[in-house]
Order: sequence, then C-alpha cells, then structure tokens
Amino acid sequence: MRPLLEVENLSVAFDTDEGTVGAVDAIDLDVRRGEILGLVGESGSGKSVTALAVFRLIRPPGRIAGGSIRFDGRDLLALPEEEMRRIRGAQIAMVFQSPRTALNPVLPVGRQIARLYRLHQGCSAAEARRRTLEMLGLVGIPEPERRARDYAHQLSGGMCQRVMIAMALATSPRLLLADEPTTGLDVSIAAQILDLLRDLGRRTGASIVLITHDLGVVAGLCDRVAVMHAGQLVECADVRSLFREPAHPYTRALVRSIPRVDREVTMEPVPGVVPSLLDAPPGCRYADRCPDVLDVCRTVKPARSARARDHEVACYATEAARVAAPRG
Amino acid sequence: MRRNTLSLLALGAILTIIGLALAAPLVAPYDPDAPQAEETLQAPGWRHWLGTDIYGRDQLSRIVWAARVDLLVALAATAMALTTGCVLGALAGYRGGLVDQVVMRLVDTIMAFPAFILAMGITAAAGNATANVVVAIAITHVPIYTRLIRSEMLRVREMEYAEAARTVGNRQRRIIFFHLLPNCFPPVIVQATLAMGFAILTVAALSFIGLGIQPPQSEWGAMAAEGASYIVSGEWWIFLFPGLAIMVTVLAFNLVGDSLRDLLDPRMRGVA
Amino acid sequence: MGLGRYVATRVLLVLPTLFGVTLITFALTYLLPGNPALVKAGPLATPEHIREMERQMGLDRPVPVQYWRYLSGVLRGDFGESATTGRPVLQDFLQRVPATLELTLASMLIAIAVGIPLGVVAAVRRDGPVDHASRLLGVGGVAMPTFWTGLLAVYLFFYHLGVAPPPLGRLSPGVMAPTALTGLYAVDALLTGNARALGSALHQLMLPSLTLGFSVMAPVTRMVRATMLEILESDYIKAAWAAGLPRRTIVYGDALRNCLIPVITLVGVVFGFLMAGNVVVEIVFAWPGIGNYAVTSLLTKDAAPIQGFVLFVAVVYVLINLTVDLVYGVVDPRIRLR
Repeated sequence: MRPLLEVENLSVAFDTDEGTVGAVDAIDLDVRRGEILGLVGESGSGKSVTALAVFRLIRPPGRIAGGSIRFDGRDLLALPEEEMRRIRGAQIAMVFQSPRTALNPVLPVGRQIARLYRLHQGCSAAEARRRTLEMLGLVGIPEPERRARDYAHQLSGGMCQRVMIAMALATSPRLLLADEPTTGLDVSIAAQILDLLRDLGRRTGASIVLITHDLGVVAGLCDRVAVMHAGQLVECADVRSLFREPAHPYTRALVRSIPRVDREVTMEPVPGVVPSLLDAPPGCRYADRCPDVLDVCRTVKPARSARARDHEVACYATEAARVAAPRG
Repeated sequence: MRRNTLSLLALGAILTIIGLALAAPLVAPYDPDAPQAEETLQAPGWRHWLGTDIYGRDQLSRIVWAARVDLLVALAATAMALTTGCVLGALAGYRGGLVDQVVMRLVDTIMAFPAFILAMGITAAAGNATANVVVAIAITHVPIYTRLIRSEMLRVREMEYAEAARTVGNRQRRIIFFHLLPNCFPPVIVQATLAMGFAILTVAALSFIGLGIQPPQSEWGAMAAEGASYIVSGEWWIFLFPGLAIMVTVLAFNLVGDSLRDLLDPRMRGVA
Repeated sequence: MGLGRYVATRVLLVLPTLFGVTLITFALTYLLPGNPALVKAGPLATPEHIREMERQMGLDRPVPVQYWRYLSGVLRGDFGESATTGRPVLQDFLQRVPATLELTLASMLIAIAVGIPLGVVAAVRRDGPVDHASRLLGVGGVAMPTFWTGLLAVYLFFYHLGVAPPPLGRLSPGVMAPTALTGLYAVDALLTGNARALGSALHQLMLPSLTLGFSVMAPVTRMVRATMLEILESDYIKAAWAAGLPRRTIVYGDALRNCLIPVITLVGVVFGFLMAGNVVVEIVFAWPGIGNYAVTSLLTKDAAPIQGFVLFVAVVYVLINLTVDLVYGVVDPRIRLR
C-alpha cells in the first residue's frame, strides 16, 4: 500500500541578512499507515522544521525551497491555502513541545478543543461540548467537567500535554506529528504521555511521527526510525536494525550516547558540534565531525542506498566498507 | 544594510550637532543676542538663512548657540541620573533586604508622577535656573536606571564571576563597582542614549512654558514659544526652525539608541 | 477565587505610594529655598512682617508638624489659595477640570482609534506599507515636541488652509456654553441638542485633540505592534494554525484578544504622556484647563496652584494606574491567581 505521507527531496531554507540557512536539505521520508516513526536528531537538525513544512506553516523568512510532500497521494504543496487549512488539524495534527505555551492562555481549555469539533466536523455547540468532555476523559484527565473550564496556567505540565493530545486527536487525524511531546515533564509523567500516544494511535489507526532527540524514547515506542543531522536525513531503518547495526557514523555515535543500564560503558556524547547551516558547503554535513570521513564526502552529498530491507543509509564510508567486504 | 546607513546617518547628525554647538562662536554668522533694529522679522534669505526675529536677531546663530544649552542640559541631566541610578540600583540589587525596599519605594514614588509634571513642579519650586532644570530632569530619570541596574544586578550577581570575585576575598564595594556593574552597562548605554532624546524634549517643553532657561539665553523651546505669537501674522520661520532642530536632534538620538539596542541585544531586533 | 483579595491588596499597596507622593509635593512646597512666606508677604515686606507671616503659616514649627498640617489640609481638599485669583486652588481646579478632561478624553480616543488598528495591521502585514508607515510614525512621532506639532497644526490648518478656528479656547466668540451637565461642552451640547454649541465645541476641539492624540499615537502603535508580533510568533498561535483554524479567527480572535490585554496597561502610560502633553497643548491653544491655569500661575510666581496641580495630577495618575491594574486582573485570568 502507498505510504500515508511521502516527503520527497524536501528542502527548507531561511533567508537571513547573513545568507541562506539550509535548515532542511533535500530529504526523503515516508510515513506508512498506522506506524509510529521516530524522527531523531540533535536540536537544530531540522526535525521540527520538517514537521512545520508538512503543515505548510513555514513562514517568512523561511520558505520551502524544493521537493514535494504527498499526503494520501495528494500533493500538499500544490493545494490552495483554503484546502490546506481544512487538512490541518482535521487530517494532520500536531502535538507541540512545551504544552503550556501551546495552549491559548485566555481561553478555557475545553473551549479550545470544542471549537475544533465545530470547525472540522460541524458539530453543534452542545455536541462539541459533549465530545470534548469525552475526549478529555479519554486522554486520562480526571473530572473533565471541571478541567474543561480551567485555563492553561491552572493545569500541571502533564495535564496540559494531555489537553494538547486531546486537541490533536479531537478530529481523528490520520497523521499525528508529536514534537518532543515530553519535554519538561517528569520521567514518570513522560512515560504515561508516551503510552497514551501509542494507545490512542493504535486505537484510531493514525500514523504517528514522534520527533525527539532521545533515542531511548524511540527504542521503546517506534516501529521505524529516521535520523537527521544538520538538515540532512542520514539513515532510516526499522527500529531493531537501527539499534543492532547502526550504519551511519552519526547514528553509531548517537547510539553510543544513550545511557545504558545493562552495560558498564559510560555514555559518550556525540563528538563535535552541529555545523552552521549558513551557506553550508555541498556534501555531507557530518563530514567535519566524522571519524571515517573521505575526500568525496565534502564535495558530493552521498545518496541513500539500501543496506538491507527497510534499512537505508546515506554514507560513502559505510558503502565503501560494505563493498570491500561483502557479506557471505 | 539600509538600516545601518540610517544609523550612521543619525550618528553623523549627532556629531555634527555637537560639533556645531562646540564651535558656535566660530560658525554662527551673527551675534545671537545682538538686536538689529533694521533687520526685524526678515524671512529666510541670503543674509539670514533662517530669518530673523522681532528684534532682528539672526535665527540660525541663535539656534546654533541654543544647541549648546539644550545638549549640555540634557547631557548633564542624563549623566547625573545615570550615576545616581547606577549606585542606587547596584546597592538595591546586590544588597537586597531593607536597602532594596527603601530604594525601590523611593523609585516607585518618583514614578507615581508623570515625569514632565514632576520636572515642572521641581523647577517651579526650586526656581528658574539652568542647574535646577538639570536636577529636575535628572530626578525624573533616576528610576529608569535604578530599575534597570537592579534587575541586571540580580541576574549578574548569581553568575560565576561574582562567585569567583567573592571567593578571592574582594570587598563588597569592589565587587559591586568593579566586577558586576561593568557587566550591566550595555542596556544602560542604550537607555541613556534614548533618554538623551527625552531629556532634550523635556528641557524644550519646560522653557516653552516659561520655566527653566531664561531669555535672553537662546534655547530651542523658548525660541519656539517666542515664534508662537507670530504664526497668526504668518511669520512661520520663527517657530519652525527651533522645533525642527529639536526634532532632528531627538530623532538622531533615538535612531542611534535603537540601533545600539539591536547591536547589544539581538533578541530585541525588529520587535520594538 | 481570589478576586476580592487581589483588589484589596492592590488598593492597600496604593496607600504608601500616595503617602510618598504627598511627601514629595510637601517637600516641593515647603522645604525648597523659595520661601512661601516671602512670596506671600510680597516684595516690600519687612523682616518682622516675614517672620510674622512664617509664624502664621506655621513655617517656624518642626517639619513633621508642618507636614501633618499640610496632609490634613490636602485631605480636606485644601490646596491653598491662589494669589492671582484670590480663590481656593481647589475651586479654581474644579472649574477648569472639565476642559482638561474633554481634551484628554478626545485625544485618548483619537490615539487609540488610530494607534491600535495601525499597530495590529503593521504586525499582521509585517514589512508592508502600513508597517513602514507605523515605524516612521514610531520614530518620527516621538521626536516631535508636542508644542511644536501644535504650532505646526495652527500654522497649517488655521493660518494657511483656514479650516481650523483660531487657537483661542473651547468655543468661538459669541457662542454660549451649553447647559452644564458633564462640563464637557461637546457632550453637553449633544445631550441638550444644542447644535450651534456642538459644532463650535467640536471645531475648537479638533486641533488640540489631534495634536495631543498624535503625540501619544506613536507609543500606542509601537506597543501594540510589538505585542502583536510577539503573540503571532507564540506557540499557541502556531498551534492554532496547525489546528486548521481560519486566519480571521487566529488573527482577530486568538491573537488580538491576547494582545488587547497588555494594551490595557497602556492606558496608564498614555495617561502619563497625555498629562504632560496637556500642559503645552493647553498653552498653544489657550485651552482653559488646569495645565493652562498652572502655567499662568508660574508667570506670576503663584506657588499654590502649581504645587496643587502637581499633586492633583500625581494622585489622578496613581488612581488611573490602580484602575488599570484592577481591570487587568479581572480580564487576564493569569494575574489574579498569583
């Protein structure tokens, strides 16, 4: 079956006084139906920008510089704005990081959810209210009647995130983008939120893209993982092979940086810093941090090649090593 | 790029005005106070670029001389307010407790008055003298710096270098004035630049209503006040040019202040 | 929850400020070198006469006693006596307050009616023509001395174009004041159906209120624009876009609603500017308000009206800011609960 979301060759650029920042550099990414895809990378790697691009919400000075985004076969970038607006929230929804600031401070939270029912499903006021309360209950908010009248500042961070999820799921979207949904939450609350996301995803059959910098979260939740570095997609694989055989040097470094309880290996942070994306040179942007760097890495961006089923990587060094020592 | 050009232009304007004010005796074509009975109320022309007033005094010369007064008063008031505000703010922020309470109540009380009205009251009570205008404006500006420095101080004192300075056994006064205060300066410089413009407006408005700088001393606001009577008879140059001088000067200070803020505090860029 | 307590706390917090305000005006009146007894006794007074005057006025008593007499006087509405009019300052004030109020309200209305939409549109259409205009106003408008704007307006609209009346007070000569109800001529004339007075009052009010309104328009626009820009970049507005809400709802519902709350605080700031501007505008247009009264007293070295004016304005300013705080607390659910 055709993937629900097909991102092809997508580039997002920000024009600044100093030059052009290539925040997302020609990435390809598919989200399959019903799966949970982890989109991983350090901050500044272009994960959130990619998500905003899917919503077509990149605002000046940013712009989508090229590529296509297909949702259920429709080219989102070609849709008229009004049609795109009808897709936002209704078919593709987003859970933001820092839920407290993502809720309107002067509207009671219940009303913020209810108006989506009215907008996207044409419910009457009473019906919208009924469904809102139901939804608040579904995401595990006690006393929904009372909480619906509360303002964001009256709720705890975890509660706010539950409200955000209720908002995102209110109109049963087919794709849910969750951008660092557990930032700033306690570990136990974070775990509850993630469980909630997974359960609701299963129940509704929605695909979920979980954007995070934390590979540990990915391991427990996702079906597949895509790794981004400095605006480039370096590796994409099912979660098991990614952790068992990380192929890209960056992924390997990331995996090594996960704190492990089972091994006595101290975690090593990924060496080097995320390179500046301002008028970035061609080639692989990991080159300056990479231990296996080749000359070609700095001049031509490596294409993605299949390494195994459901495992693609964009790296000359890995490719060279594989060709030099074929398996079997 | 275009913004930078504008800021440089503004900076150039300030330097030019200061230069003209300093060189007033050399550049002013006429004696600013000498009446010329045969040249009264001349419209701008070759002999008098900006015209003459009812006594035949050359407007251009008067405006150039007046720049000295306006700039000096504004500068003195700003310097005085800045020093006082820095000391008060630094003490309040660093010491906290009772000192902080007393200083902040004082500041709140000053801020309970609209600035111009308080300056007016002080000048009226203290008497018409240039020094009193300076003090009056300074007092109304003290709260700006006090609050600014206090909040910067609260922020800065927790930072590592304060800790480092304490552990090597520096005396408190030394820590405040040599280690912490300099780190608060960038926002203060921005404020001071913007406050210069505001101070000039205040001086001018005070003399416009007849307070502060007294004739025959040339002052922009007072000159505009003199010109007010001649509007109905169509002698527009008497009120127009002094006001224009104020506007250009204030505008220049504001533009430079704005770009300094952008320079020193990139977060504010384009917001205000 | 907590609204009553919030109000009570705010009101209580104003008392020390008011106390401080009277301390300062007391200091201005009695402690500064300009000896009030000297002024009151007149230039020809003998030293004995002056000392007698000082004793009469209580100036030989300890400072706290003097302050107490001053404060209790003020509380009874005794702001002293004007040497020029020979009447109690309060009486002179009350007679002139409506003129000032009319001018202030009209100016505020103009500033807000133009400033808020301008700021909003400038932020929404950032870098568009309206935005550039608003920025020009923001930089240029605040640099223009208010008295000069007024003089320019008189020159342009009265002398040159002849569309404005001469800058001489609230009504054209020969027009009778409307029956006093509120003291605001335009309002009174409207209420009593006095078309002639209404036309004249509005005509006279035009230039002064435009001048004063213009002087505070820049700060209003600037703050609305900045607030709106910040809100449009905020997470919840991004979330609203991502939820597919229509642009109108987002900009004029969610964003504007959040923007107008901090704008309420602007009323206090604007009022401060207006009080300052009032003084010079009333002079330029011979507007018979309290600012004009205070300045006229300056020329005759009549201290009581000036100091009374300063105190009066400060008290009104404090009370307005208090009201603004209270309204803010009622409107913004976040404030009350702190």
